[in-house]
Amino acid sequence: MPLLEIRDVSRRFDGSAAVDRVSLSIEAGEFFTLLGPSGCGKTTLLRMVAGFDRPDSGTLLLDGAPLEDVPPEKRPIRMVFQSYALFPHMTVEGNVAFPLEMERRPRAEIRSRVAQALELVHLADRPGHYPDQLSGGQKQRVALARALVGRPRVLLLDEPLAALDAKLREQMQVELIRLQREVGVTFVFVTHSQDEALALSHRIAVMNAGRVEQVDRPERLYAAPANRFVAGFVGKTNLIEVEVQRAGPAQLALRAAGMGEFIAAPVAGLEPGERGAFALRPELVRVTPHPESVELHNRFPGRVREAIYLGDVTLYTVETEGGLALEAMLPNATPGRAALLHPGDAVVVAWRHDAGVYLRG
Amino acid sequence: MAERREERFAGESRWTRWLVAGPPAAFLLLFFAVPALIVVLASFREPGEFGGLEPWLEAGHLRLTLDAYRFLASDWIYAEIFARSLLVAGLCTMLCVVLAYPLAWVIARSPRRRRDLMILLVVLPFASNLLVRVYAWIILLGPAGLLYTPFAVVAGLVYVHLPFMVLPLYANLEMHDPALLEAARNLGAGPWTRFRRVTFPLSLPGIYAGSALVFIPILGMFAIPELLGGTGDILVGNLIKEAFLDNRDWPLGAALSIGLTVAVLALAALAARGARRRAPATGALP
Repeated sequence: MPLLEIRDVSRRFDGSAAVDRVSLSIEAGEFFTLLGPSGCGKTTLLRMVAGFDRPDSGTLLLDGAPLEDVPPEKRPIRMVFQSYALFPHMTVEGNVAFPLEMERRPRAEIRSRVAQALELVHLADRPGHYPDQLSGGQKQRVALARALVGRPRVLLLDEPLAALDAKLREQMQVELIRLQREVGVTFVFVTHSQDEALALSHRIAVMNAGRVEQVDRPERLYAAPANRFVAGFVGKTNLIEVEVQRAGPAQLALRAAGMGEFIAAPVAGLEPGERGAFALRPELVRVTPHPESVELHNRFPGRVREAIYLGDVTLYTVETEGGLALEAMLPNATPGRAALLHPGDAVVVAWRHDAGVYLRG
Repeated sequence: MAERREERFAGESRWTRWLVAGPPAAFLLLFFAVPALIVVLASFREPGEFGGLEPWLEAGHLRLTLDAYRFLASDWIYAEIFARSLLVAGLCTMLCVVLAYPLAWVIARSPRRRRDLMILLVVLPFASNLLVRVYAWIILLGPAGLLYTPFAVVAGLVYVHLPFMVLPLYANLEMHDPALLEAARNLGAGPWTRFRRVTFPLSLPGIYAGSALVFIPILGMFAIPELLGGTGDILVGNLIKEAFLDNRDWPLGAALSIGLTVAVLALAALAARGARRRAPATGALP
């Protein structure tokens, strides 16, 4: 039985569906992420799990028991707010002790559990500080300690890293992974950042316009997106409009306007003439000025139109002779050189026959 | 680069500061500090034969005396009226808190458009004259047989000062981050606990501000006790007014005023100490 089950849940605001018939099963001990652009319904879904909002239809089950008649303050579910929502008039210790005081725990127990929780988030040296004396990262840790100290069944995290700068965000990602592993609490994490989702999660649900587009492990989501939205939202991708030429059990031949025919991994149940999209990750595209060095079947001549230096990699836009623009990402393995290729260079773009996926519709 | 720009900015801002703060500072110096000093001096002078003051320099001799203070100390009635005034002001302030809090809370939680209308209604009584409003109370309380009682005085004082409590409380409550209450709820707090542990402590600055705006003016009020109260209901404000206008004993009035100021300052200092002990210390990071 899943720990948290979201069954056919919908929520409408002013007639438009914020959450549209969403069903998800989240297992105990999982780091589960709701990923989607702002306004996709992920926060609304989270707030319904916390109890701050009610579904118009559908059910939420915790351990198989319906949640709807349990008020938020009685649910064994804790939330880390985007703004942290630390009580400004209480010390770090006071904030973390708050949920235990609500449970009317004995004072000695509260003291030792607060100390443990602060130890867990590496803040044991700041118990007497007030929130406005802490940095953003420290506030984040207090919020985590406060949410975890009562040993909830589920921890909800609403874009908790959004307010931190890039460096700190990376540190906190590592912290979150460690924390989740150490306490074993089920994390439901909401973010619009695909990097964060890929880095942290066991499984990711990609949401768009109130619906779940795909639920999968990060590597599956990245390598085998279910549709155009997922392919475009998770990572960079070339979405090429194609028409099926031949569909065999071993090979799929596709034709793209402005490029020509190429082969791809087979997809069952396709008919010649069908139209769809081919999603090809830029890092799977090879670009070289030496056509003789490429033995791949999928190869097309073109010219470099743009080269954007990104430090570790350079992102090239190559225009094929037929006028199709393809993005390719090449590692900058040669030190001190911004780019191996320059706009205007004649090149060949190529990719393996099993790179990329065909998407219906 | 950035440093230099900052320096120049700091230099500019010193001038700007004087330009901005100068006129009001001069105004206060001229019309508050100087008169206050005059009152202090007046309390040590001798009353004139027909009101006003005797000259303080006569034939090269200073004519300063502690007579006014001695007179105040000679009769317990003055201490009693002081004590009763503080008590009445304290009671009215508490009543104002109790009445204003729910009102301010409701306004702060209303949709923005309705909020402005409600605030307008709260301050609307200021549009009519104080005496007119007090006479309205006479008409209300007279038939009920409550006129010229302590009740009438307290009711009138609370009525007049209520907006001064509502406004700062509303300004405070309106700023509260709603996420804090959600967090408290999420952490297991019921409605009463959420109020007691989150909303109320965070609204203390609003309560302090409102209390200062209610408590201090009540001590100086004389119209309401005079019109609504009986002979036993007078406050310090009445004494001061009586001394200056009826008995024309300026030194006594000045001494009463100073006694009142000292009492208020002492109370404010006590309150500030109490508040500081409870409020977070906003010191620098170690």
